[in-house]
Amino acid sequence: MTVLRTGPLTVFKDAGRPGHAHQGVPPSGAVDRGAYRRANALVGNPAGAAVLECTLGGLRVRFDGPVLAVLTGTDAVLTVDGRPSDVEKVVSIPAGAEVGVTQPRRGLRSYFAVRGGFDVSPVLGSRSKDRLAGIGPVLGTTVRITDSPVSEPEPSFPVGLGDLTLEVDLGPRDDWFTAAAVRTLFSAAYVAAPASDSVGLRLEGPALERARTEELPSEGVVRGAVQIPPSGQPIVFQADHPVTGGYPVIAVLTPAAADLAAQVRPGAQVRFRRARLID
Amino acid sequence: MTRFLRCGREAVLAEVDDLDAALALYAALREAALPGVVDLVPAARTVLIRLDPAVTSPREVRIAVAGLTVGAVDRGFVGTVEIPVVYDGPDLADVAGHLGISPADVIARHTGAEWTVAFGGFAPGFGYLTGGDFDVPRRTSPRTRIPAGSVGLAGRFSGVYPHDSPGGWQIVGRTTATMWDLDRAEPALLVPGARVIFRAVPA
Repeated sequence: MTVLRTGPLTVFKDAGRPGHAHQGVPPSGAVDRGAYRRANALVGNPAGAAVLECTLGGLRVRFDGPVLAVLTGTDAVLTVDGRPSDVEKVVSIPAGAEVGVTQPRRGLRSYFAVRGGFDVSPVLGSRSKDRLAGIGPVLGTTVRITDSPVSEPEPSFPVGLGDLTLEVDLGPRDDWFTAAAVRTLFSAAYVAAPASDSVGLRLEGPALERARTEELPSEGVVRGAVQIPPSGQPIVFQADHPVTGGYPVIAVLTPAAADLAAQVRPGAQVRFRRARLID
Repeated sequence: MTRFLRCGREAVLAEVDDLDAALALYAALREAALPGVVDLVPAARTVLIRLDPAVTSPREVRIAVAGLTVGAVDRGFVGTVEIPVVYDGPDLADVAGHLGISPADVIARHTGAEWTVAFGGFAPGFGYLTGGDFDVPRRTSPRTRIPAGSVGLAGRFSGVYPHDSPGGWQIVGRTTATMWDLDRAEPALLVPGARVIFRAVPA
């Protein structure tokens, strides 16, 4: 595959690199895990295969040989020599054709998978580019396609990006906030700020007030953690979050809500809802 | 006494009384290798336990952790690292002035202490070291670039920058030790629980 243009931001991603937190290495991985898994399943790739995570479209590539490819996660589609395909539809691409990723109108991050997967070297067991830690493969001008064993492609799922209500479980530090702050979290609307990235979705809205004002010793954080810095404006940690954080986390998104958060565009409005408790 | 805090559906945050208890719990968790536990993040008084929800659940992990025997651990349970340092850092005089001692005393105090890697988190390969008799403020204006290998102090912590990066720590020296090397089985030289000795060497 020859890369002709990368668009605003295109990086390799996979299931991430857990197991290295004690060395200060975050888990990283695809920001929208559901869309990542769907992309590989649709072309019959093994579960951990590398894909390209493409923010706001713009990627243009050409293949030396014929490939099967798919794009998931948003309403962006693949174009083959300028002809657009359907959303999340597996496309057969002839040798020499130029393939593009359109700009999504809904959603933010699209996942581009080719049957066989991209042949890039793992770093600490993962082919994910972690932009915060600066670890992972770099997208060069040519990429080899793996001829690893593949299975039968799975049928497609529809994309659902309508509801921007994010389900959360309270904790670990909800008791560091006033009762009014917890009520505000579940009633107010927040707007995604332009400074959002794969490290954190930054939200603007009513400030959440602390009940305890002392400094929290840094502690480990997870994807989906809703951290409240002194400004009171929530930051939702995404895949490339740091290993630890120094501000209290009021709540954590469910895994499905964390995938939804991956697709929130700057300017979009989000709300939080308490998830049904499971244990 | 371990307190369990809810931390979403793919982790449990275990809170204990202090750093020693956190390192002891971390050591016990490493030893136990509980099924479905994929990552451990020790910190000042917590251990974050990340889990694979396809294998286990927060509830199962809480029960398993509550049943662990957590002994007292000797600091240094993952080994001792000696780091050679040229003590010619740009903030050595400031640190000495702040502490009301001579630069030579700063060096003696830094090399005489038995440091322990308490936790990481700032960057891959960075360890927050405790155990020294220091309490110095960060620089009022952080530097935009601190070279890899710089040895610094901030608050009660010491640390070594593994990569060129911006930073606000007071830099007292530099080492040629490679703090981070992706070609090593364990890329980070400093991991939580390791004991660290600094040794002064000539420039």
